Amino acid sequence: MVEPPIARLILDVDEDGGLGNYELKLNSYDLGVDIELADAVQRLRFEHPEVGAVLVESGKDRVFCAGANIGMLAEADHGLKVNFCKFTNETRIGIEEASEKSRQRYVAAINGTAAGGGYELALACDQILLIDDGSASVSLPEVPLLGVLPGTGGLTRLTDKRHVLRDRADVLCTTEEGIKGRRAVDWDLVDELVPRSRFRADVLERVTAAAADSDRPGDRRGIELFDLSRTIEGDRIGYENVSVLIDRKLRTASIMINGPGTSPPLQPAELSDLGASFWPLALARELDDVLLYLRLNEPTVGTLLFRTIGDPEMVEAHDQFLLENLDDWLVREIVLFIGRTWKRLDMTARTVVSLIETGSCFVGLLAELPLASDRVYMYEEKSESGPRLRLTAMNQGTLPMGNGLSRLATRFWGRPDALAAVEATMGKDLDAKTAVELGLATFAYDEVDWQDEIRLFLEERAAFSPDALTAMEANLRVAGPETLETKIFGRLTAWQNWVFYRPNASGPEGTLRSYGSGRRPQIDRKRT
Amino acid sequence: MLSEEVDYDQLIPNNVGLASDPKLQRALEEWHPGYIDWWMDMGPDGFQNTDVWLRTAISVDKSGWAKFGFVKMPDYRWGILLAHPEEGRVVPCGDHYGDPAWQEVPGEYRSMLRRLIVVQGDTEPASVEQQRLLGKSAPSLYDMRNLFQVNVEEGRHLWAMVYLLQRYFGRDGREEAHELIRRRSGSEEAPRILGAFNEETPDWLSFFMFTFFTDRDGKMQLESLAQSGFDPLSRTCRFMLAEEAHHMFVGDTGCGRIIRRTAEAMREANVEDPYDVERVRALGVIDLPLIQRKMNLHFSLTLDLFGAEESTNAANYYTAGLKARYHEDQIRDDHRLHGATYPVMRLVDGVFTSEEVPALIGLNARLRDDFVADCAGGVRRWNKDIREAGIEFELRLPHVAFNRGVGEFAGVSVTPAGEIISAEAARQDEKSWLPSTDDAAFIEEFMQPTYQIGDFAGWIARPSKGVLGQPVDFEYVKVPDA
Repeated sequence: MVEPPIARLILDVDEDGGLGNYELKLNSYDLGVDIELADAVQRLRFEHPEVGAVLVESGKDRVFCAGANIGMLAEADHGLKVNFCKFTNETRIGIEEASEKSRQRYVAAINGTAAGGGYELALACDQILLIDDGSASVSLPEVPLLGVLPGTGGLTRLTDKRHVLRDRADVLCTTEEGIKGRRAVDWDLVDELVPRSRFRADVLERVTAAAADSDRPGDRRGIELFDLSRTIEGDRIGYENVSVLIDRKLRTASIMINGPGTSPPLQPAELSDLGASFWPLALARELDDVLLYLRLNEPTVGTLLFRTIGDPEMVEAHDQFLLENLDDWLVREIVLFIGRTWKRLDMTARTVVSLIETGSCFVGLLAELPLASDRVYMYEEKSESGPRLRLTAMNQGTLPMGNGLSRLATRFWGRPDALAAVEATMGKDLDAKTAVELGLATFAYDEVDWQDEIRLFLEERAAFSPDALTAMEANLRVAGPETLETKIFGRLTAWQNWVFYRPNASGPEGTLRSYGSGRRPQIDRKRT
Repeated sequence: MLSEEVDYDQLIPNNVGLASDPKLQRALEEWHPGYIDWWMDMGPDGFQNTDVWLRTAISVDKSGWAKFGFVKMPDYRWGILLAHPEEGRVVPCGDHYGDPAWQEVPGEYRSMLRRLIVVQGDTEPASVEQQRLLGKSAPSLYDMRNLFQVNVEEGRHLWAMVYLLQRYFGRDGREEAHELIRRRSGSEEAPRILGAFNEETPDWLSFFMFTFFTDRDGKMQLESLAQSGFDPLSRTCRFMLAEEAHHMFVGDTGCGRIIRRTAEAMREANVEDPYDVERVRALGVIDLPLIQRKMNLHFSLTLDLFGAEESTNAANYYTAGLKARYHEDQIRDDHRLHGATYPVMRLVDGVFTSEEVPALIGLNARLRDDFVADCAGGVRRWNKDIREAGIEFELRLPHVAFNRGVGEFAGVSVTPAGEIISAEAARQDEKSWLPSTDDAAFIEEFMQPTYQIGDFAGWIARPSKGVLGQPVDFEYVKVPDA
């Protein structure tokens, strides 16, 4: 409910609305619910510039949220569990980004049980208010109750965001019923305890105060995120600016991106009319959709092969328009969204490859594709018409990775001279030879080798173990410092996925399947 | 250097469509000057400007694969020749058994296949390097010619492997092709890949032993690769085998002629005791115990080339269909070997014991066993000459565990007869089992060149006939006056 300058995001899950054969009791959620949540957060950002703060509350009495649905987890295969966690984590990181960068502050009002993923959702908000009714509590009961981890950032946010002392966090995470009242505040698990009688009034006051702190314009119109026009025919997926062709034999999705067909507008104000048709926004939405579609629906596609076609000058014109108008709320939203989409690429469990060929337009924001790739192949041509790579200021930190650095700075982590050499070429066209010398492309091949080398690479890649590749790529991609985000997607997720795969959790008599059956789970007591 | 206007088919005998393959032309043009430099540097020392009666293969047909004529070795027409394709050829073994043979490199096996070809290719120039000084002590023009024939053909075999690398493996392949002529036998900086190819071939007895034993390993390896599911490799190796047969012949008859000459000389002089080395050597021939020591050395070094008895690499090559067993196409089984076993000799509690291991893992051992059986035939022929001369001596292949540096028996002290002894005892007796520095000094002084037409050094018998169409007394090499 939008009540400017605030919006109320009310969690009221339909028990029978799950995607599978389980009931979403006590505001527990599954992937379907989380997709709705992500969509709501996204729409609040784009469609409501007038909203400066968002209240996350429950539509149910004395229940805030019981977290991820256990029935869903028990019946999900490993891939689905992993992807469910990845998506929910991306959504929580997105909420924090909306608070910090879009200046739409998130406040959680916990009116009852906030268990597991429910408390983790609150942890993603700026402020957590807890009703002081003697029974409402926050808890992370995964370890004692389910034999798995609070995997939606809970552990990381306790220590790295809220700076909860590690032994207190240990107590919380091993106490099934959680922690309530005074102790929850004393241990910084929540920000404020509010008496039941004043709960509603105080919550509204805090949210309104948060909204007053926002720089979002109250007098501008939002833009509508209309439905994407996606067509799927056999192994082809088509959008306005993106087309995908899946090669089943090579287990490769070839993703062609079309550069912009028109110049950018002169003024940001004109964006309101262009709306979601504005090329960079349209492209980000389509790519976001493709990546999520492939992630969930095409698990055997192991390699994403990015190509571009279009006018490099036109791409750079859009690039410049965005960079020059970063103080405009909508431009800011668009750039943040491009950043989130590119991060999905950093996080993808598929090999990412860029092919820089004749006629391509890898400039600025599209040059992030090769920078996000595990391999970059560039076509080498002696003549002037050969393909070019062009970096711009867009590649210098506007679209950061989860580690807080640009992909460029991450790529050249610990090599300041190499980074400086690359930065000296900003705005210049780099041919294949130069790109390889600078360390921006892996290999340059001319007409003699191009087809063979690409084919051999793709065949070879398709033959490796997908598990090993995913793990290898995830390690090589993120050089440099750790952040909350890299720890969630690295440390927490990797451990959670390990726990998920162990028979103690996932076996027929493991904790997940035994939960709710009254049977005692069979647990192998050996520590590894 | 090859120029733009070159008639490729004339310059480089080939049946791979070189004239109409600009990609291959370009790769060869980049590689060729380095090859010629290598040949001038590392090819036969002192005979680069000499006319030699050589066989050149200009096609794979009967009429074309053995053209004889006088050639200066640097002008030799090294070519690229593949055996004719076999209609409907299939992958002969492994998980892809029965699929059509690959005409292009399957990306999945690109690295594995490249490695196989590089290791094989590396041995070809290595032996030329090892043998480069031998012309200067040749026992006859006939033998010198055979040496050079072997050398130019090893050069051609290098071309064959380089062709595969350049044609099928893109840039990596071209880089590997350059590395093949950068590495040098025995070099500190960039040695050849396999140990035996960094050993010296200091004299003609070693040369014949090398061609008998080590080139026979080459034959076994080529036989296994000739069965490869990667058809261009198979066809290349099949044609190489035709030439490799000549190398076997040189080794087999070379050793045989030395042995026969020793036996004859001993009989003529009524020297009965083969261990009376001084008397035997005084006859101007090589004593049989020294021949046995050389044999012990070359046999054991060559066994190391087969790799560890139990090898996952070999299993992987087989399962991938890249390298099969010796005569795979004549073996009747499932060609997958999933449940099969193979007996491998191992050392268990100080006793040589035959143990069944999964056949896939034991493929190296199997190929080595085939090799040992193949060697035994030649040794039997040599012993026949000794016996017929009435001399009580038998040349014996040493035990497979003797003097080994690779595999199950590496580091174990074993006598040539297969008796396990202490390392101390082994050190003491080494001189009687393996060639010593004294042996080397003797041979070096002993083997003086014989360059007169029709003459043969006194320690080697004349061959029964000359090189195809020519008498033994023919000027096979036009040695310039010193």
